[in-house]
Amino acid sequence: MIEAIGYNLLQVLFVLLFAPLYAGVLVRLKEMVQSKRGPSVVQPYRDIWKLFHKDQIVSDQTTWIFRVTPYLVFVMPIFVTILIPVLTDYPLVFAFMGDMLAGGFFLGLAGFFAALAAVDTGNPYGPMGASRTRMVGFLAEPVFMIVFFTVSFVSQSTIPYIVQQKWVANAAAFFSPAHVLLLIAFLMLILAEGGRIPVDNPSGHFELAMIDESKGLEFSGRGAALMKWGGEMKFLVLTCIFLNVLVAPWGLAHGHAVTNVLTAVPQILFKILLFSLVLVVIETSLAKLRLFRISEFLGAAFIISVAAMVTSIFPGG
Amino acid sequence: MSTSIPDALNTLSAGLILISAFAMVATRQVQGVLRFFVAQSVLLAASSFLLAYSRASVHLWALGAITIVAKVLAIPWVLRRLLPAEFYERREIAQAVNIPTSLLLALVLTIVAEFLMGPIVATTHDPVIRVNLPIGLAGILIGAYSLVARREAIPQLIGILAMENGAFFAGVAIAPELPIIAELAVAMDVVLIAVVVGLLTRNIRETVGTTEAAGLDELKEEATA
Repeated sequence: MIEAIGYNLLQVLFVLLFAPLYAGVLVRLKEMVQSKRGPSVVQPYRDIWKLFHKDQIVSDQTTWIFRVTPYLVFVMPIFVTILIPVLTDYPLVFAFMGDMLAGGFFLGLAGFFAALAAVDTGNPYGPMGASRTRMVGFLAEPVFMIVFFTVSFVSQSTIPYIVQQKWVANAAAFFSPAHVLLLIAFLMLILAEGGRIPVDNPSGHFELAMIDESKGLEFSGRGAALMKWGGEMKFLVLTCIFLNVLVAPWGLAHGHAVTNVLTAVPQILFKILLFSLVLVVIETSLAKLRLFRISEFLGAAFIISVAAMVTSIFPGG
Repeated sequence: MSTSIPDALNTLSAGLILISAFAMVATRQVQGVLRFFVAQSVLLAASSFLLAYSRASVHLWALGAITIVAKVLAIPWVLRRLLPAEFYERREIAQAVNIPTSLLLALVLTIVAEFLMGPIVATTHDPVIRVNLPIGLAGILIGAYSLVARREAIPQLIGILAMENGAFFAGVAIAPELPIIAELAVAMDVVLIAVVVGLLTRNIRETVGTTEAAGLDELKEEATA
């Protein structure tokens, strides 16, 4: 029991510590592909450190929502972390407190407050970004739902730990059309939710074209640091759900000893590094979509996820 | 339920074949449609090689080789030779139905295919037939649909070829001992179709200046006016 709680805390620590590194590695790899040097991989840590030591300025026109939002955005990914397998392939203490829907709910709550806070400031760019994020969000919502339905059809459960057991149970399930289609649909979702390139440009500095970034423009000091860190953790958590639950639980600790869990850390990091290579290839080979093409992109994700569900219901799958 | 590795990989390529069928419907650029067709043909060849290995069938080895030669090498080469590069880079093919609706219709066709094949595949325990038959039928239906919805000549041709891919994918599962002569004949036919349609498109383009099949019914009126 104590040991399981410890591992749960270790998972939270893993996500807290390595989320900025993941963001830094992604930026660095992308710059390297574009034959530039790019900032150091530890730059996100320095940014967060710097922001924590700056004064926080909160407009007196804003309400409590603006003040609460950074904490919510920071805490929600941590809540998701204790529900999903990050380092171990056996359920930990809180694993049965909530399923994948609960994870989606936590992240959705953080996104909801971030959008409200953006409207709260009265900055002209904030509400624009907020409404665009909501647009992407409500287009992504049906895809999330169908992905969860498919997962629950296939594995009779939406608890992440049970789902991941299903995909490795036999090769037929792992390579089944339903699994492949599901992976592609979820990858498209991660790109949309994480504000990556076909949907949004994470390194863009042009306010009119921003989707995700413009919500955080008004935050300063500690608030900005928490928003940034929370955003990075959200992306790492989504990646962990994708890699550890849906793709394959390779590299996760199987044994209950502390050494097993600790040796899982470099293996998971390696897996995430491989995934960031895939992301970099996607990001450098595609252009950002026009705003009204995003509906087509997520529409395609929806079609693929429904196809996954169909092939898993009928006896052919 | 234990499945051998080749059969499992075959189901993997089945999923990817379905995705490439969707991608052919969703792509605007002629070049993109052609690329996805080539990708689908590579997957089809891979699938027949895998089945050839697991069922020790000479015919399927031959079928995979024929697919590579005809669909991965010959047809793209012929089409690229016959029409200028500018034609392939063109986007925004004027479609009868817009792309999101097309994708939804493709999805409905997939559901229909699964629904029709459901009772048939329920009678067998062969994992290859259970996967290939519905997805092959879905490929045929989606190809037929893009034949109707596309308005440019080359994507229409690729619709026909995609139908043929779907038929082959279903065929390798239920008739692995199809004689090589039949496969050769089909492969030759397919290349010939590509040559004929490509040549026709080129001539139409030279005389009319467009390759939009939908506009061709007004040709006569314009000439007399």
